[in-house]
Amino acid sequence: MHVAQAPATRDELCSALAAVGEAGTPVRFRGGGTKLGWAPAAPPEAIELSTAGLTQVVEHNAGDLTAVLEAGVPLAEAQALFAKEDQRLALDPPDSGATIGGVVASGDTGPLRGRYGGPRDLVVGMRVALSDGTLAKSGGKVIKNVAGYDIAKLFAGSFGTLGAIVEVSVRLHPVAPDTATAVGQARDAGELARGAAAVGGSPLEHHGLDVRWHGGRGAVLARFAGAAPRPQAEAAARLLEAEGLPTEILDDDGSLWDEQRAAQRGPLVVKVSGLPTRLPELLRAADELGGSLVGRAALGLSWLRLEEPSAAAVERLRRDFIAVVLDRPADLEVDPVGPVDPGVRSLMQRVKERFDPAGVCV
Amino acid sequence: MTNGSLVERLREVVGSEHVVTHERQLATYASDGLLQYAVTPVAVVLPGTAEEVTAVVRACHAADVPWVARGAGSGLSGGALPVEEGVLIALSRLRRILEVDIPNGRVLVEPGVTNIAVSQAVAPTHFFPPDPSSQIVCTIGGNVAENSGGAHCFKYGFTTNYVSGLDVVLPDGSEVSLGGPELDHPGYDLVGAFVGSEGTLGIATRIWLRVIPKPEDVRTLVAFFGSTVQAGEVVSRIVSEGIVPGAIEMMDNLSIRAAEGATNAGYPVEAGAALVVELDGSEAECEARFEHVIELCGDADSVRVAQDEEERELIWRARKAAFAAMGRIAPNYYVQDSVIPRTRLAEVLGQIEELAAEHELQVANVFHAGDGNLHPLVCYDGANPGEAERAEELAGLIVKVCVDAGGSITGEHGVGVDKKRYMPAMFDEADLSTFQRLRCAFDPDGHANPGKVMPTPRLCGEVPGPYRRHPLEQAGLAERF
Repeated sequence: MHVAQAPATRDELCSALAAVGEAGTPVRFRGGGTKLGWAPAAPPEAIELSTAGLTQVVEHNAGDLTAVLEAGVPLAEAQALFAKEDQRLALDPPDSGATIGGVVASGDTGPLRGRYGGPRDLVVGMRVALSDGTLAKSGGKVIKNVAGYDIAKLFAGSFGTLGAIVEVSVRLHPVAPDTATAVGQARDAGELARGAAAVGGSPLEHHGLDVRWHGGRGAVLARFAGAAPRPQAEAAARLLEAEGLPTEILDDDGSLWDEQRAAQRGPLVVKVSGLPTRLPELLRAADELGGSLVGRAALGLSWLRLEEPSAAAVERLRRDFIAVVLDRPADLEVDPVGPVDPGVRSLMQRVKERFDPAGVCV
Repeated sequence: MTNGSLVERLREVVGSEHVVTHERQLATYASDGLLQYAVTPVAVVLPGTAEEVTAVVRACHAADVPWVARGAGSGLSGGALPVEEGVLIALSRLRRILEVDIPNGRVLVEPGVTNIAVSQAVAPTHFFPPDPSSQIVCTIGGNVAENSGGAHCFKYGFTTNYVSGLDVVLPDGSEVSLGGPELDHPGYDLVGAFVGSEGTLGIATRIWLRVIPKPEDVRTLVAFFGSTVQAGEVVSRIVSEGIVPGAIEMMDNLSIRAAEGATNAGYPVEAGAALVVELDGSEAECEARFEHVIELCGDADSVRVAQDEEERELIWRARKAAFAAMGRIAPNYYVQDSVIPRTRLAEVLGQIEELAAEHELQVANVFHAGDGNLHPLVCYDGANPGEAERAEELAGLIVKVCVDAGGSITGEHGVGVDKKRYMPAMFDEADLSTFQRLRCAFDPDGHANPGKVMPTPRLCGEVPGPYRRHPLEQAGLAERF
């Protein structure tokens, strides 16, 4: 994959895509280039179409808590702009250098997902370019809108296989003035799961309920944010202590959560979906495979990291869980997506054929 | 297959007592909650199980007959309006709650279960956040079709944020399970595409919902202002302080008068605007924020804080009764649910006022103020010649004002049949044809709820252009999605 193009406008990107569609050349879209290894390897003749030229923050409507961003805007840059108004786009995946288009296309998320949802929940409008030269929008730029089909949800997490995301409208949230995190140390899988369940099932309004696990030990992290986060953190600490987890409260908790995010990357990272109560089972599997894990306990989403990548480890996880491979060595022979029911697969293929009639978006 | 033989087949599937063909009985189903439209279908069929729904859809597919699915029929966009040559599939008998899993925050329901029944099934510890005003009667199947919102969605989100999986009967009668109880199933987010598709992609027969713990504390107040502009400024101040209320609702003078007349909730009838603000969350957080909200309401003529649950219900009763109480102002009303960027509120309300005066009609306003979702109620008397037409014209102009302000034609009621004519105000031909791609992937024959959402009828045709298999697909190494 050698030929890289970086059109300067969305119309140019659309024309470039139409041209490769016409020629039948496979094309892969590139944002910040931080997650290119997640998709199946592109065929050698594929060209790369970059959103690096689409870097305009089209609107930041601070009073309405919305923004319109071109796909190539680096997420960190947008966040810096929103921060001036004490606002943020509540997406905090680990990459530095990722673009908003890439984050949405990959559906990547960090600890804020538990409270605010993922890209699918925060994108309120989208403009896309398709392989037949169509440039189309869906949604709008208000946070509540049910007019027309929700094409943005279809493209969020589609890895660019339906077409190119060229612009997104997003909902923003205020940044809370203070945060505090209760950290409870667990000495076995059952304790960890019970601690997480106690906080997750309580009425406490956490802004992140994470677990981490390595080598038979772990921790539950319950973060609170707002005008008065400390009393909630103390209440969470009491719940964790009651389950037998020695707990401390950190007011200066930023680096703690940065570590959680960083642990979502590694030589081999498998994202595992399961119901929250299945956490002990997953922790046992992690121990068996010699891996470490971070997870959004209340959502049942976990990132299992293995220092020594192997396809067998992925297969082991797929015996019991939904497991999608993210980071991996280029030479590891593994299907990143995993099994999908044939009926659902056939429906997905019909969707793909309609949106990418040239069949070039890979 | 003739209509007669289709009806025979439907009787075999669900039993004769669950197939309605008598004209007088059919009339019950001719309209949904939007009574301005009425169409009598060939038959109404009431399947009792998911398997029967599949068999009904298969029979319709075999007979090449279109169909419309209906929940409680409380929708306000004509989304469940039958088609004359088609079958209406009423899902009201599928009302079983199949699984309640509190530890995982999941509930599995059939589509005919009411919205309120879900919250009741997980009480007292949990609740299902989307809460449309019709929640006592409206069904989860209808909520999924319309992506329903409600008063609490500014903080909590909409139906789409709480559906993790769907068992769907596609229009060709095949069954697929999209998503499941777990989040993030691999491949395209077809659950996200299906929710809000207004019954045009298939019928959901089992629905996995997420429920969440109930907040520890709720504080509610209603503040009364001289004008909606003043109240709107307070909403802006609250939001810009970083406060995200559980609900923030506004009513104008006309709505206050109607609602007070119907409920005696104690709203002063001379007030220009009422602002209901509800904070929920932890006790400490509510405590800290609520005092602040009261301060921000400093310009109010009066502020009433709910002292107990009874008073809170009373405050809400007036707000929730606003639509139904409009009969006190005029015999008929025409409701829209356009959305505007909240910061444009004063300007848009001014324009609505001018338009109403030009049309010599009264417009009452009830809003979900946090997210800019207006509900202008155009009041008229259908008995006066020409007044209904004038009301409809005015409603259309109000929609255009909202779209021109950067908003949407509908925030929660859906496009249905009523607002499809406004779709071109928001979407151009390329946008609409892109919507159609999704519809065609699910329903190439156009049998599912035809005539809804899209402004003009369109056919699917074959997939345009050649579809090339990715080399890795050919090699069997990867799936293409």
